[in-house]
Amino acid sequence: MNFLEAAMQPGSVDFLYNIAIIVIKILVVFGVIMLHVAYATYFERKTIGHMQVRLGPMRVGPHGLLQPIADGIKLFFKEDIIPAQSDKPVFFVAPVISLVAALTSLAVIPFFDGFVIADINVGLLFVLAMSSLGSYGIILAGWSSNSKYSFLGGLRSAAQIISYEIAMGLSLVGVMMLSGSMNLTEIVKAQEHYPLGMFLFPQLIACFVYTISVIAETNRAPFDLPEAESELVAGYFVEYSGMRYGLFFIAEYTAMIIMASIGIVCFLGGWNGPFEIPYVPFAWFFLKLYLLIFVYYWIRATLPRYRYDHLMDLGWKVLIPLALLNIVVTGIVKVLL
Amino acid sequence: MDRGKAELQTRELTINMGPQHPATHGVLRLVLDLDGETVVKCTPYIGYLHRGVEKLAENRTYLTALPLTDRFDYIAAMANNQGYCLAVERLFGIEAPERAQYIRTMVAEMSRISSHILWLGTHALDIGAMTVFLYAFREREWILDLFEMLCGARLTTSYARAGGVRNDVSQEFLDSLYKFTDEFPKRVEEYETLIDQNRIWLKRTKGIGVIEADEAVNWGLSGPTLRGSGVAYDVRKYAPYDAYGNVEFDVPVGKTGDVYDRYRCRMEEFRQSNRIIRQCIEKLPRGPIMAPDAPKLTLPPKDNVLKSMESMIHHFILITKGPIAAPEGEIYSAIEAPKGELGFYFVSDGTGRPYRMRVRAPSFVHASVIPRLCEGSLVADVIANIGTVDIVLGECDR
Repeated sequence: MNFLEAAMQPGSVDFLYNIAIIVIKILVVFGVIMLHVAYATYFERKTIGHMQVRLGPMRVGPHGLLQPIADGIKLFFKEDIIPAQSDKPVFFVAPVISLVAALTSLAVIPFFDGFVIADINVGLLFVLAMSSLGSYGIILAGWSSNSKYSFLGGLRSAAQIISYEIAMGLSLVGVMMLSGSMNLTEIVKAQEHYPLGMFLFPQLIACFVYTISVIAETNRAPFDLPEAESELVAGYFVEYSGMRYGLFFIAEYTAMIIMASIGIVCFLGGWNGPFEIPYVPFAWFFLKLYLLIFVYYWIRATLPRYRYDHLMDLGWKVLIPLALLNIVVTGIVKVLL
Repeated sequence: MDRGKAELQTRELTINMGPQHPATHGVLRLVLDLDGETVVKCTPYIGYLHRGVEKLAENRTYLTALPLTDRFDYIAAMANNQGYCLAVERLFGIEAPERAQYIRTMVAEMSRISSHILWLGTHALDIGAMTVFLYAFREREWILDLFEMLCGARLTTSYARAGGVRNDVSQEFLDSLYKFTDEFPKRVEEYETLIDQNRIWLKRTKGIGVIEADEAVNWGLSGPTLRGSGVAYDVRKYAPYDAYGNVEFDVPVGKTGDVYDRYRCRMEEFRQSNRIIRQCIEKLPRGPIMAPDAPKLTLPPKDNVLKSMESMIHHFILITKGPIAAPEGEIYSAIEAPKGELGFYFVSDGTGRPYRMRVRAPSFVHASVIPRLCEGSLVADVIANIGTVDIVLGECDR
């Protein structure tokens, strides 16, 4: 039965209504997250600015509030330079892959009880899959630019994401074991009986591993090796300009928000808080989100950059064994209790 | 399958780092042959900032060649001026009065602090610790403001003169500087809280770019780059010039000669320089700021030039012909500049202009050791190594 036939069937009002609701939900989530991405850059510049005894953006609008919009307009009207020797189809498609992979993950995140675009049973797996796909964007961008610096950035990114993907995936296994589900809404609900309504304490090691892996996964400092500006200038996107560069930027910040959201859902109790805030069911979720995003910035302002081999050591020799240990301990505790 | 294998070749990836690269501190160009992330070969190319300063000096008088020295190590112009003036004084056989010596010592130490601050900021930024950079620049700004207060210029100061200094220090300047020395050690601690015990920083710097003491001497290293390897060679101690003989200070040395030890040396030098500045302010003697037997090396005061015929002719002669009585001969004179031993070698043929001015620039020597430090290490270490030898290309290329 195709879409048109379905719409013609009796009772199709419900069907069309559902579709309309989903479309509206998608637009709302997309709009809200894009706004968050734009202002995440502003928040980052302000936070790090004040940490570094300076003011951050101050010129566009009061206290630079319109800076993200000005940046967006600027990027939009910049010349789109494509290197002559680049592999053009791949070059075009790489930023799109990054962005699409990041945005698609939004579909499964429950912002508050009952508000999720696609309430699928393998939500967690879906997010992990999408974040792996996102790294293709980076690798292909590095390769297709036909520049040695981009190429090195792409290679570093491939190695880094493969290593940290494993640690991240393993750290989430404990959560799956405790909640008995991979549906993100179920995971949040399963946490209600735990201290503070969070998996944070029973899964402390996993949370630790997850937090570190996520920073590496999203290429943020101190794991920003693929784009280390002092070594590879800008790494994989050095040849990109204008809005194509902007797409990478949006993808990076969206990925940050996604990963923080998964952290909130899996370890910090999702939309539940110590008390209910009336009329704004998403308040706790977003408060936690801002807190985590702030922590990202805080870390960036504090720590130097890891070296490539140290990064690998940390991933393979510390984080993966820790995550495995966590699975074993969680399993034993679960069987005994 | 076999055919596929036969066609597959591996070869090293050659990348060009610089002259426009954020981590090469100016216009150093390194050509790196990489095997994966490992540096197989590193070749530095210099000369992108060559301005022919040594040759230019041959066509200028001893007085008018002074501003050229600002442009060597433009981060520590005061020290360059001092080195140049000491060499000219030695050539002419004059000595600056005590007050001028103390002032020169003081401002040279200020420029050492300013130079090390810039080094710390950029070195940390290269390794990825961004905040240290901005903290460091806050204090650098303070020092540059003090320089501006003293002589009106922030970078290219041209403050010292052969035979003394250009103008006397005001009490207001001394008070501000003393306040700076009160505050500065706390700021150094602030830098240290950010990186000194940071595990990532330690991993990035310990055991990286190691150079043993005897090898460091053979490469001709000097300054903190040499002292990090444990050689306590400091021109200020071995051949004290200006007021260094009269002030107390220690020469910090490292042990292993890695990036971390050189970092520690420079951090300690912050404190020692601070100490020297305080002593200079406390002990600053009264008296003239220009040697009585150096009138031929200094311009008469501007007021007099505008009012009196005599002074104007004097000014004119000095600028166009230079001091006539330059004795014939050769002279080498070295100082401990922030980067290392900065030497001036003059050949004089008895005219008012140097027949030859040769500068022994520490940055030039240190640039040559970069391949030795980098080969066999990772790309990320190249950045750490460029930072740790602390080169300024203005001085290297001249």
